[in-house]
Amino acid sequence: MSTTTLLGVLLPVVPLVASLAGLLLPPSPRGATIGQETARRAAVALGVAGAAGAFALAVALLATLDDPPESSTTWIELGGLTVTAGVRLDGAAALVAVAVTTVALAVQVYSTGYLKRGPHDDVDVDHRYPPYAAQVSLFTAAMLLVVVSGDLILLLVGWEVMGLCSYLLIAHDRRLPEAPAAAMKAFLVTRVGDVGFLLGIALLGVSAGSFRIADVLAHDHGTGTLTAACLLLLAGVAGKSAQFPLHTWLPDAMAGPTPISALIHAATMVAAGVYAVTRLWPLFEAAPTALAVLGVMASITLLLGALAATAQDDIKRVLAWSTVSQIGYMTGALAVGSPPAALFHLLTHAAFKALLFLAAGAVIHAVGTTLMSRMGGLRQSMPVTFWCTLIGLGALAGVPPLSGFWSKEGVLAAAEGAALHGDGPAPAWVGWLVWLAGLVGVALTAWYATRLLLRTFFGESRDPLAHPHDPPAVLRWPVLVLAVPAALLGLAGFPGWFSTQLQRSLPADPDAVSNLMPPDGLIHLSPTVLLPLALLVIGAGLAWVRWRRDDTADPAAALGPLRPVFARAFRLDDVQHTLVVRPTTALGRVARTVDERVVDGTVTGTGRAARALGGGLGTLHRAALPRAVTAVLAGALLIGLAAALIGVSA
Amino acid sequence: MRPVIPYVTAALLFGLGVYGVLRRRNAVLVLMAVELMLNAVNLILITADTTVQAVLPHGGQVFALFVIVLAAAEIGVGLAIVLQLYRMRADVAVDRIPLSEQPEGQR
Amino acid sequence: MTGVDALLLALGALAVGSAVLVVTTRHLVRAGLYLVVCLGAVAGMYLVLTAELVAWVQVLIYVGAVVVLLLFAVMLTRAPVGASDDLDRPGWPAALIGGGVGLGLAALLVDAYRWTTVELPEAGSAERIGAQVFGSWVLPFEVLSVLLLSALVGAIVLSRPDIGSAGADRSAGDGPATEDRERSR
Repeated sequence: MSTTTLLGVLLPVVPLVASLAGLLLPPSPRGATIGQETARRAAVALGVAGAAGAFALAVALLATLDDPPESSTTWIELGGLTVTAGVRLDGAAALVAVAVTTVALAVQVYSTGYLKRGPHDDVDVDHRYPPYAAQVSLFTAAMLLVVVSGDLILLLVGWEVMGLCSYLLIAHDRRLPEAPAAAMKAFLVTRVGDVGFLLGIALLGVSAGSFRIADVLAHDHGTGTLTAACLLLLAGVAGKSAQFPLHTWLPDAMAGPTPISALIHAATMVAAGVYAVTRLWPLFEAAPTALAVLGVMASITLLLGALAATAQDDIKRVLAWSTVSQIGYMTGALAVGSPPAALFHLLTHAAFKALLFLAAGAVIHAVGTTLMSRMGGLRQSMPVTFWCTLIGLGALAGVPPLSGFWSKEGVLAAAEGAALHGDGPAPAWVGWLVWLAGLVGVALTAWYATRLLLRTFFGESRDPLAHPHDPPAVLRWPVLVLAVPAALLGLAGFPGWFSTQLQRSLPADPDAVSNLMPPDGLIHLSPTVLLPLALLVIGAGLAWVRWRRDDTADPAAALGPLRPVFARAFRLDDVQHTLVVRPTTALGRVARTVDERVVDGTVTGTGRAARALGGGLGTLHRAALPRAVTAVLAGALLIGLAAALIGVSA
Repeated sequence: MRPVIPYVTAALLFGLGVYGVLRRRNAVLVLMAVELMLNAVNLILITADTTVQAVLPHGGQVFALFVIVLAAAEIGVGLAIVLQLYRMRADVAVDRIPLSEQPEGQR
Repeated sequence: MTGVDALLLALGALAVGSAVLVVTTRHLVRAGLYLVVCLGAVAGMYLVLTAELVAWVQVLIYVGAVVVLLLFAVMLTRAPVGASDDLDRPGWPAALIGGGVGLGLAALLVDAYRWTTVELPEAGSAERIGAQVFGSWVLPFEVLSVLLLSALVGAIVLSRPDIGSAGADRSAGDGPATEDRERSR
């Protein structure tokens, strides 16, 4: 086992060990043998150490990765199928691992300050920090397992553990009434997708006779099998990455603590879907139908998320919908056949979205509310947060030279190429669709980013009681550190080591040269780059003009009657509720009634009938004493008579 | 000696005992009728002891002794029950003992 | 027809006759006294049948102890001294079954022995019975002693209300009124 492989194996193991050790700590330290502060300190140490160790391993992995290795050992033999436990490492995996561990480390450090009893909290607020930190570590470990896994079953394990962790962490804050419902929703909705994912994996594994990714990729599946498997996998991807129509859980997941939102949105859950597609890219490349579906899904998601983000008042929900929209960019890039562009956007998005969420957490921490209508004028009182948010929003909207500009440009260039020259694996109309949706999305993103900035940091303070201030150092430093990649990561897209790493993945067939991946950098500067720039200026300018006219009004008022529709995301939640939830609950009620009346009724009816029969027989049996004696003696007489008569006749 | 005489006597005594058990309502009288039946059995045992040459001599007489002992035990316990019944209900009529009601603590 | 037969016939007639009176009389105390007569006649038949020991045991235990116990019971249950009307239940099933059993057995025995004669063995002695009881039948004898002991204990437990489980005995000991209270609780 080479050093690289060893690093790859250790990568998920280190946070896993940290989380398992953390779970042993007393969850609610009150009344436990270990004091509250001791348990909390131990949890902090374990969480930070686990994330830091994983970060160091990921960096070391990236540094030592010269020749993409693959190593596996047989885990289980299932009849004719072999399940292996192994790692499959390439440049993309290493880079994503670095991004995941960076965000995880930032989140662990940030949480120590964020989930702490503040001066305004109730005295006996119990943040249950030890299980929280352990679950974050477990979350990280699961995502890293998905990243490095060389086997589909192993990948599925990580994938499912992530679903569990998201459930636990979203529901962490017991004081919020909506948290349990949001967690349940996230769990159920992603579960719907995961069923498809599981079936897809099973189909591929059975078809290839092995679950090893290398074997699955090398095997020549039939077209029908391939398309079916890819579509099934896409269901799982849509669930985890919050793509239409399974996106509804993501905004509701804002009920979780803000660091968890950063973790879910930037590094773990939503990135997993996109990453899984790039991992299995050769399969999707050969299934244009699946890619067309993915393209349509991506375009709808992109526009839907952007439009929904325009009308939200909750700052976290704006960011949540922007995540939905940005993931739409990534899946769009996949649909037009450019996994490097998707991964590039994934990485930059991880940086600036984690930055935005942590900065938003700082704002919420200072103001005590998540509603933008009660913020405003925070520029003077929170300068550090303001500048960091500015960088993050600039990157989100795609302002050059911040990271988001370059990655989004890469996506748009790939879509343009697919649309105009038809050089994607999917039909040209998919390219047009993604390209146009992406261009419109740029303008919308600029609009809502500007609105967020203006509403939160400019104008007059709308909450005179609050005295906001920049957060303490433990909250400030993660934000500041994340601001660096959010600003500069895009420049790494120029030809060089980074882009080579990102584009180099294990070829399924050593002879086949990956023809779609350009050998040069990820950034293609061409005259068409002016188009998104112009749209960006238009979008931002519209919002700014509107705000300039009346700096107390919400620019979203310009949406007019569409605003409530956007605010509720085209009422898809209601549609979902009507079409899925209510029939399901009705079915559940029917099943319950049947169970109670028919099944239980049979059982209790049997019991009651037996008891009644026994009672009846008992009454018959309980004859009065003389009658009983008479019966006994008469019987004896009859038996004697019969015996005598038989004796006589014999 | 004609064994048919004690045999028929015993049979008639037994029949009278059965009649008494079935006819009588007073528990003490029922016990008396039971004594009649036991005596009939004893009489049969003794008669058989004289008429049938058993392998073990005087088996019938030994059995009769045993039956007498059993009858003594039976009458002791039986009378205790009857007296207890009288204490509870001030009545010893066997057909007025309520059997349908269940004792407490048995449901 | 020898003297033995005549004696047996007379004693049998006496026994059957007094037994009829036992089961038909309307006086409770008289029923007990007729029972003494009946049992005495049967003891006489034992004597005739050369079972001396059994006869004297019959007189001692039955006539001496059992009947006295029965008479005590009659008195303790406050039986009326004169004739009582509610001693009997409807008679025809009893007559049918009792008559059937008695006559049936008699018919079987008559059919088995007809009018044959057997020689009476020489008069038995307590010594031979004792050899049998403590020889061949010693194990049943011992078991019987255990049975007697348990019957003794049972009779004591039954007639002493302050022994045994608390609830049942309190209701049992204090008469019908307590019983009612117990039930209503």
